[in-house]
Amino acid sequence: MSDVIAEIRKDYIYGLAKRQERADGRALDEYRPIQVETALIEKAEGSARVKIGNTQVLVGIKLQPGEPFLDSPDMGVIITNVELVPLASPTFEPGPPNENAIELARVVDRGVRESGAIDLSQLTLPDGKVWLVFIDVHVLDHDGNLMDASALGALAALLTAKTPAERYGYGPDAPLPIKEYPVAVTAVDLDGEIMLDPSLDEEMIASSRITVISGAQGALAGMQKAGTGTLSSEEISRIVKLATSKATQIRDDVLGGLING
Amino acid sequence: MEFIKNGKRIDKRLPNELRPIKFEVGALERADGSCYVEHGGNKVMAAVYGPRAVHPRHMQEANRAIIRYRYNMASFSVEERRRPGPDRRSIEISKVSREAIDPVIIKEFYPRSTIDVFVEILQADAGTRSAGINAASVALADAGVPMRGLIASCAVGKVDDTVVLDLVKEEDNFGQADMPVAMDVRTGEISLLQMDGHFTLEEFEEALQLGKEGCTTIAEMQREALVQKYQGEGHE
Repeated sequence: MSDVIAEIRKDYIYGLAKRQERADGRALDEYRPIQVETALIEKAEGSARVKIGNTQVLVGIKLQPGEPFLDSPDMGVIITNVELVPLASPTFEPGPPNENAIELARVVDRGVRESGAIDLSQLTLPDGKVWLVFIDVHVLDHDGNLMDASALGALAALLTAKTPAERYGYGPDAPLPIKEYPVAVTAVDLDGEIMLDPSLDEEMIASSRITVISGAQGALAGMQKAGTGTLSSEEISRIVKLATSKATQIRDDVLGGLING
Repeated sequence: MEFIKNGKRIDKRLPNELRPIKFEVGALERADGSCYVEHGGNKVMAAVYGPRAVHPRHMQEANRAIIRYRYNMASFSVEERRRPGPDRRSIEISKVSREAIDPVIIKEFYPRSTIDVFVEILQADAGTRSAGINAASVALADAGVPMRGLIASCAVGKVDDTVVLDLVKEEDNFGQADMPVAMDVRTGEISLLQMDGHFTLEEFEEALQLGKEGCTTIAEMQREALVQKYQGEGHE
């Protein structure tokens, strides 16, 4: 089952876009209010709840000693999973992760991994084991732009995570070695008008969307287009530029306290 | 690892050079359309069935055909045997590949039906999703599915701080960035874009242009292969 949207609502949103307006009154490049709370799950080694408008995700980090991959014995391991649980939307159904959940998880994973956010070489343990870092994204309320909320939640949760070294007899607990701060910015294109942080309606109407993940120096770490539409290279370039500067702003405004704290 | 020596890559190609590519249209008997592609070390078979009835029925759409795309790697296609069946990577690749070919297919002609695309990776050497999309696009045309144009795909990346076209395995595994793109050949618009690794904005712009050039070259080969098979037909 998928969400349906009335034609009249669709026309309305397109009409607004033509005048550079949005149904909720935001500017085209404006995010809904972002709220990040951290360390709310005591049993998890790190956690964060991110709200972007009414969209809400909870990310938990669990750490366990385990076997490294054979081809990288001196590196910790990242395992990312996203659960689109049925409480988050009338269109989500119970069962194993579908392609949307898998795509979401893999894009979040690539952002963390490819940007070098975690220094995996520091996650080795004296007995040849390494820390396995489980990033679990639990989507609670789907009102559009799960990608950015999940990526932001993952980073915020990682920033507050501590290795449970003492519990496993490896000495004192320590914060995770975080070296880079990848922020995802998602855009849709409605008739040539680029909108950041699409609401659920905007996301459903748009034939495609692009997520751009960039690091603190503005370098690109990951990108993903989704949807059956096409985009010209000019549109893509505009989106990428817009997304990297917006990412800087979000990093400073929303994560500044966590990064510098 | 050194990737570029005297301006040449580890397989002697220039940074903007594609690997050798071969298309064989109609390689399978039973499928409605098919195409076998060799792209460097990749060996890929694509088959199209349909438009045909949708099972399960609840998946059908009243006003258009649906498109299903299954990307699957043979267990023997890689160095270390792969466990057969879909893993998370192939589920994601199936999704983005389906979305990559979707925009050119005229789905409105076939309400309540499905067009099924099956892509089997028989041997893998980086760029399998692109090779699969190239094969699928030709197989769709071979099946006579009405399309607005062809989709061509290739990867661009970065090794030794140089933007390069069409990565081989080593460049993919140990390089600095990988960015598969697919393009609607008729309009030049992008229908698939993924990226991981590290690009500056300038490098990204260069890579996107290089990717489009690669797609244009591949599109010419796709067209050539289809013309080869079908020229003269319909006049007997």
